[in-house]
Amino acid sequence: MPIHEKELIRPEDLRTHEQLTVDGVDVSGHWSTFIRSRVVTDYNEAMQEEVAALPGGEFIHRCWQCGSCTNACTVNAVNPDFNPRFWIYLVRMGMEAELLRDKDIVWQCVSCNKCTHICPRDVNPEGVMKAISHWLELKGHTPKSPAMVFDEVFSDQVIRRGKIEDGRTIRRFFARTGQALQQDWLIEMAKRLVRHLPIGLLARLGFSAAIAPRTRDWSRARAAIEEYVQAEHAAQRSALGLDAPDSPATTREGA
Amino acid sequence: MSESKTDKYRRVAYYPGCALEGTGHPYNRSTKAVGKALGLDLVEVENWNCCGAMEVKNVDPKLQTYLSSRVMSIAANQMRMDVVMAPCNGCYHNLKKAEHDLAHDPASAAVVDRLSAKAGHPAYQPGQVESIHALEWIKGAIGEDGLRARVKGGLQGLRIANYYGCMYTRPRNIFPEKDAGPGSESTAKPHFMDDLLAAAGAVNVDFPLKTACCGGAHTLSDSDLSTKLVLNILNAAEAAGAEIIATECPTCHSGLEMHQIRAEKRFQRKTQVKIVYFTQLLGLALGLSARQVGLHENVSASRELLAGKGLG
Repeated sequence: MPIHEKELIRPEDLRTHEQLTVDGVDVSGHWSTFIRSRVVTDYNEAMQEEVAALPGGEFIHRCWQCGSCTNACTVNAVNPDFNPRFWIYLVRMGMEAELLRDKDIVWQCVSCNKCTHICPRDVNPEGVMKAISHWLELKGHTPKSPAMVFDEVFSDQVIRRGKIEDGRTIRRFFARTGQALQQDWLIEMAKRLVRHLPIGLLARLGFSAAIAPRTRDWSRARAAIEEYVQAEHAAQRSALGLDAPDSPATTREGA
Repeated sequence: MSESKTDKYRRVAYYPGCALEGTGHPYNRSTKAVGKALGLDLVEVENWNCCGAMEVKNVDPKLQTYLSSRVMSIAANQMRMDVVMAPCNGCYHNLKKAEHDLAHDPASAAVVDRLSAKAGHPAYQPGQVESIHALEWIKGAIGEDGLRARVKGGLQGLRIANYYGCMYTRPRNIFPEKDAGPGSESTAKPHFMDDLLAAAGAVNVDFPLKTACCGGAHTLSDSDLSTKLVLNILNAAEAAGAEIIATECPTCHSGLEMHQIRAEKRFQRKTQVKIVYFTQLLGLALGLSARQVGLHENVSASRELLAGKGLG
């Protein structure tokens, strides 16, 4: 593969010398940095197929490595280490050890869809980011990310009742991620909201908090959805060569 | 074509979605008030459910397709409506995504058929309804000329940065009607909100971050990133000379309000620009009161600024 990946150069493999003489010539200064060569042998040949078996990863094989996704990426502009094009390359090459060096930031994709919008090959890089995050979690390389916890808390409410209520979602998310609900900025926000005494709104929010909004006659839809999600998750685990989960991911929360 | 929309959008199925019943309530209130003031008929989708928002797809994308398809199925098969209007970008995006997937992906259609049968309602068939955003609704049913004729007083040259967010224009494949020549919406430089607010008497500033991301998907799970992204938007709007950022999505709106405060509290970065739903601004231009458009339900305090211009 004729792509020169500067990201594949590990900082610990850079060798810098204050004074260096090569074949009797003094090359101190700019010419004093060398990259120690290394041989990669531990390719994970199943990696692309496993990521492609997870939702969103289906079209990873289409990638041409043009880099439009990384160029358009919202998160890359804030953190240059967030590099969708590179991660797609690593998954396709099966360079698992390299991918694991970035395992803790892949979940930070904000789903702005700039990549999927611009991609000339319809790879759906946004979906691939989600598939890689799932893959990392399912394989046990990373704990469940805060984003995934939020997605589960949210989806669980939708599956149970057909609708969600903001306050409940926020409270449950903070509880599951071990954060205090009394964040200074949330308190300030609440203060500014009540300043204009929006009685109707407060009554409405209070009512929703007490009696969760729900879609009527939802039980049949709920049963069908729960059965479907369980089957899908079992199929995904099996595609990754994993045992069945202890408990289905979406029915873990209490109502 | 615009004439057919004038008729077609006069009476639409209204899908407010979960956010508009909670923190996004001022958007709900002002959308209904503006509809009423313009003589447009909103019939709420009966016994609707959540579209899946930005979260369900990460648990299972086809489940999101089913959830959104159920809403369109009710509108089409139970209510016999031709158009579903959603003011929320997330809802609008998901209805369009479901429409696209059901027409192009047999696997998604099979899942929707199966779940619909088990849930006991007809499966939605692509093409049964047209899903539109509140911007397309007002632009199609009333248009700039119609709005100009109805405006009372107008927005008095209020300087506005129009913020559309992500879900209204991306990804391109689910919006086949955009980028379709004269009169259509642009995915690169959307202008429907600009057009409507200009017709209502506002001055649109040259705002480069119209479709930048506010980090709404991670507003709580990666708050520092969201605050940074929101600060970019707030700062750019102020640099462009805007007094107000007009929004058309409850997640963006709440995100901007929430992280404007968070930036103050955590990063000591204070910004003055106010955040107001475009329907609230249109309502004020049409002569509605601050209370009728729900300004008192916003976190961002814009009443003084607007009252100073004789609005509300």
